[in-house]
Amino acid sequence: MAIPTSGFTGRRKNRDANLPPGQYLTDSFPVLSAGPTPHVLPADWTFRVDAGPGQTHQWNWEQLQALPQEDVTRDIHCVTHWSKFGTTWRGVSLDTLFEDVESEAEYTMVHSYGGYTTNVPLDDLLDGKAWIVHEFDGEPLAPAHGGPARLLVPHLYFWKSAKWVNGIRLMEQDLPGFWETNGYNMYGDPWREERYW
Amino acid sequence: MRRSWQTVEVSAARRETARARTLRLRFPDVVTGVPGQHVDLRLTAEDGYQAVRSYSVAAWVPPRELELTVEELDDGEVSPFLVGTLSVGDQLEVRGPVGGWFTWTPDLAGPLQLIAGGSGVVPLMAMLRSHSEARSDVPARLLYSVRSPDHMFYRGELDVVVQEDPQVTVDIAYSRVAPDGRSAGRLTHEAVTASCFPPGDAPAVYICGSTGFVEAVAAWLVEDGHDAARIRTERYGG
Repeated sequence: MAIPTSGFTGRRKNRDANLPPGQYLTDSFPVLSAGPTPHVLPADWTFRVDAGPGQTHQWNWEQLQALPQEDVTRDIHCVTHWSKFGTTWRGVSLDTLFEDVESEAEYTMVHSYGGYTTNVPLDDLLDGKAWIVHEFDGEPLAPAHGGPARLLVPHLYFWKSAKWVNGIRLMEQDLPGFWETNGYNMYGDPWREERYW
Repeated sequence: MRRSWQTVEVSAARRETARARTLRLRFPDVVTGVPGQHVDLRLTAEDGYQAVRSYSVAAWVPPRELELTVEELDDGEVSPFLVGTLSVGDQLEVRGPVGGWFTWTPDLAGPLQLIAGGSGVVPLMAMLRSHSEARSDVPARLLYSVRSPDHMFYRGELDVVVQEDPQVTVDIAYSRVAPDGRSAGRLTHEAVTASCFPPGDAPAVYICGSTGFVEAVAAWLVEDGHDAARIRTERYGG
């Protein structure tokens, strides 16, 4: 049982059943990244799914744009305690990108320009749960927020939604990515407060 | 790190600026960590309402204490309470310290380059203190951008560090109001380049500040030829 903090009343504006434990609501869009922002031009951008030898699927920017696009509105939750409700994105469902991928693997490593990685179980990327997005709020996604394209996997803490995404590699066992080797949880469910090791 | 919440007591508090205060927290047991890490603070109202925020550790005070410096945000829910209301002797709950990336230890190779915007100086100050306490012979530079002399944290201590630690250089850049003899203005690429170790020295670079500050400074350093993999960033409010 938590002890009361003498004199603290709080603001309460944030009480909402849609807010996971330990989170507060913000209207701004804070940025969290480990290093300098890579600047990748759409013309140079590629995305690949690597499902093993001879099983690589790759798309360039034009090919991504030619796939069916979805408009997605979701709440997002950052491990640094802020949440933002009703963010709007546009992009391609991973169900579309994985349509022709055959694999027994259950885990994935998401890779980004600049070297960032994060691990996500394959089940958490499929069945309408994840997208490669290139627009935020009706505008092209800004580099600081992961543009030209980032992963969006909004039911997990937002570090799993890798910015500057350029590929997903399928793995038979679950291995930690960047933040996961630096103190953060392997899975990252905000509703179970899976923040740290 | 400790996953569970611990009750700590505010053992001391001091003003840094009109809007910022340093809180010293005393843990029930030994607390250890690395410069650059943060803790989560949890506040609980009488009716059970809770708010959690993360704050960087400013100083390690072995064996059982550490310090945080908190700046009051205009629309903040927690920071005005921490800066204005919380008293010495009050209790809080803490989880951590946590974080394994934006950290520096004296055994890391290369010169140490710290670049702070505003309250982003807090975790960098922990690194600088650790550098001095370890009597590290690694050269260290801090470039600290502040709005005005009145907004500066740790002023007296920075003077002492510079006097006592021959490896440390501190440059202050004033963005709005400068003391006599100095000019104020937006931090420029040239000023950052001039206050940093050159890329050839392969410094370990730590940048902390607002998103705009971090984005601009990190991009300039990459442009100057610094290895992006040696630049670590952290933003407050994020």
